Amino acid sequence: MKSAALIATMSIVTIMIRFIPFLVFRKSTPKYISYLGKVLPPAIIGMLVIYCLKDISPMENPFGIPEFVAAVCVAGMQFWKRNSLISILTGTVIYMVFIQIVF
Amino acid sequence: MSLFIYAGSMQYVGVGLLDAGASILTTAIATIMINARHLFYSISMIGKYKDTGYYKPYLIFALTDETYSLLCDGIIPEGVNQDKYRFFVSLFNHCYWIAGSIIGSLIGTVLPISTAGIEFSMTALFITAFTEQWLTTKDHVPALVGLLCTLLCLVLFGRDSFLIPAMILITLVLTILRRREEDKV
Repeated sequence: MKSAALIATMSIVTIMIRFIPFLVFRKSTPKYISYLGKVLPPAIIGMLVIYCLKDISPMENPFGIPEFVAAVCVAGMQFWKRNSLISILTGTVIYMVFIQIVF
Repeated sequence: MSLFIYAGSMQYVGVGLLDAGASILTTAIATIMINARHLFYSISMIGKYKDTGYYKPYLIFALTDETYSLLCDGIIPEGVNQDKYRFFVSLFNHCYWIAGSIIGSLIGTVLPISTAGIEFSMTALFITAFTEQWLTTKDHVPALVGLLCTLLCLVLFGRDSFLIPAMILITLVLTILRRREEDKV
């Protein structure tokens, strides 16, 4: 019962966060907000890349080498083939091989 | 949880909250802290989702990290209705998410090969999105602002609490750069 209440709380708060900006700027969107809407996406993607890599410890073994190598491969594959699926698959397999076999 | 909350990192934390028997207030605050970044997603999609009609409520509900990274570039394949495209990308993501949760809980314990490292696929998704937007845009300033501000905040605030400072700093820097950036267009 309590679990249900907690899940409902998480659900409602998450939905509210996603809806609030749309409700606030319903009628007209100020220029500043449309500017943010234009420049934020690339900035946020950059933020998320760092966020995903936050658990690397550059001072301890394996020094983030698996992440670094795999990340470079993903970017390289995307640059070369422009196919997201291939890039993601290659990078993930390389990373898994690295942490399971090499280190 | 996957059906109603539909926010990956929140669900991990959610399991912890349920386990610990947290209060509703704690749960609400934790949710706000963790999902605050979704405010950003919504703000940047206001323009793009403007005329999506009756798809709009679901599109907003389903605006997760992954959906956002697929749709934020605003590129729609040619000859496709853009509202439908966005709707189905969102819906399929949601279905995969739920299916993945169910399959994961069923076979998670009996899988013969080690899945250690599979979580890198999410990192790879964002790196792919980053590279792709880098290749399709001329102005790399916002992307660099995002990378550098977040890196700086990670160093300053530590890995457990850098996300909100990073969002504030990114907004500040982009606001300061506004005139310069708008002149370019």
